[in-house]
Amino acid sequence: MSQSPGAAVSLASAPPAEETPELSSAPRTARLAEAERPGDDTAPRPLAAQRVLPLRRPGRWIATAIVLVLVAQIAHGLVTNPFYQWDRFQYWFLRPTILDGLLITLEVTAYSAVLGLLGGILVALGRLSRSPVLRAVSWTYTWLFRSVPLIVVLLFLYNFSALYKTLSLGVPFGPAFFSFDESRLATDIVVAVVGLSLNEAAYASEVVRSGILAVDQGQHEAASALGLPKSYQFTKIVFPQALRSITPNYVNLLINLIKSTSLVFYVSLLDLFGSAQSMGSTYPGDIVPLLLVATVWYLILTSAVSVVQFYVERYFSRGATRTLPPTPLQKLRTSLRDLRVRARREAAI
Amino acid sequence: MTTETAGSTELTETTEATDTTDATEIRPAAVEVHDVHKWYGAHRVLDGVELTVRPGEVTVILGPSGSGKSTLLRVINHLEKPEVGYVSVNGEPIGVRRHGERLKELSERVILGQRGRIGFVFQNFNLFPHLTALDNVAAAPVATGKLTKPQAQELARELLGRVGLADKVGAYPRQLSGGQQQRVAIARALALGPGVILFDEPTSALDPELVGEVLAVIKDLATSGTTLIIVTHEIGFAREVADQVVFLDEGRIVEQGPPTEVLDHPKHERTRDFLSKVL
Repeated sequence: MSQSPGAAVSLASAPPAEETPELSSAPRTARLAEAERPGDDTAPRPLAAQRVLPLRRPGRWIATAIVLVLVAQIAHGLVTNPFYQWDRFQYWFLRPTILDGLLITLEVTAYSAVLGLLGGILVALGRLSRSPVLRAVSWTYTWLFRSVPLIVVLLFLYNFSALYKTLSLGVPFGPAFFSFDESRLATDIVVAVVGLSLNEAAYASEVVRSGILAVDQGQHEAASALGLPKSYQFTKIVFPQALRSITPNYVNLLINLIKSTSLVFYVSLLDLFGSAQSMGSTYPGDIVPLLLVATVWYLILTSAVSVVQFYVERYFSRGATRTLPPTPLQKLRTSLRDLRVRARREAAI
Repeated sequence: MTTETAGSTELTETTEATDTTDATEIRPAAVEVHDVHKWYGAHRVLDGVELTVRPGEVTVILGPSGSGKSTLLRVINHLEKPEVGYVSVNGEPIGVRRHGERLKELSERVILGQRGRIGFVFQNFNLFPHLTALDNVAAAPVATGKLTKPQAQELARELLGRVGLADKVGAYPRQLSGGQQQRVAIARALALGPGVILFDEPTSALDPELVGEVLAVIKDLATSGTTLIIVTHEIGFAREVADQVVFLDEGRIVEQGPPTEVLDHPKHERTRDFLSKVL
């Protein structure tokens, strides 16, 4: 703070009060000037009017620098290491085989997510039912499908369908798949969707159950005291409130599901990973760029889900918080405004 | 708050309204509690309670904590099932029906229907946090098929106006003060046009300066002729509005009568003891 007098004046952009003679000649300011700025005779503001200097944090700056160097190193390695073959990555990224695989991944994920959630709600209601039989059956279902590895379920179903070819007809959502020409492909998708849904429902049931239990008992009582019909109590009062805590947990499951679809490769379905894998065995030199292609696509899918999650959570937080959490655009606008205000304030003091 | 649409899509079930004018009409009901016994495990909460409330009368239930006041109130609208005895509203048993010489439990659907005639206001409001004030009030008439959605919202607006919250129709419960929330809860209880309204310590969860606004609304109901049964610790309020005061201790009615008698000249030691502590 030992600037030359001239510099101090130009920086402070001198508010008029500063220049009034009676203020600058006050004994207090004079004393301050002696203590704070020796040799500065332009009379600084009183202590209370000054901005508090923020604490310097050198450790934080050093840590930041180290992390930045590490990140730069990794990025540099990714770009320059010929092992990654980014030209081959570019070649494969939008190939029709890969996109067909992506489509299969999306389809299997979408059907399994919906059926898994619906199944999960049913199993959760069973767990919360007053009937001991329903409770026991639901518990056993969850226990069984959480215990058996997904790959075992899939292979089991795969062989099951080889024994009973007509099984897929009995599945309620079967007809939707007959848009495919090859019946074999349709059956494979059904096997994959059934397997993943069974697995997903077991986990989803616990997520849904915990969400329902998280709703305050007073809500059940109030709904009951108002004489609202049972189905209305669940669909309009309890479940919408449960969704608030169900959403983040279910999105976790959903992201896991997206990645689990890579297992359908073992029931001879060529999903995103499957396509990359099979192309990799045809072109062994390209295995690394092909895996990178699959990785980047999975990253894109997961990111998309995360964005959707933000807005879904925002929707269900109506009433739970006094104000809605800001969207990224609103956040950007606020921080720009804050920056402007801060700049103006710093300039003033 | 107005940036989001006020949950107007929440309530979709509508059926043709059978009676539209009925909902706001006040038809005070008589309540009779017949020899009600209630246990929680081995603990006896209510021990043979007999109580008669005439139509349009205001009854205040007093008693130390754990005396069974809240349980008695919850038995009246069958949120709790009594082991012995029953409650009738306008002569109709609640939650049970006569089956020869026995009482038989009614189905949940029928009980839910009966609750439409008995309003209940909770100590902690228990408003639905994901619905606006308007939808909180409009929910029951729509869900029970009594009114169409526009009719219910019209009624809700009117009731919210009556409790002094005409400007808060679009607010979510958490955006309201405790006193405002409790007034929304009272409007919600009124939406089905109940013959009797039960209040379970309606001001106990409120900051002292908010108690008055809720009591004013209840007083307004009292003078308009609705049957009210109120559990409260507001002795001054009881003196002002009550037609009868009931003092409950250890699950039994120790003393009952007009407030001038029970509050000013209590006959029983326990009543005197209790009043000396709360006054």
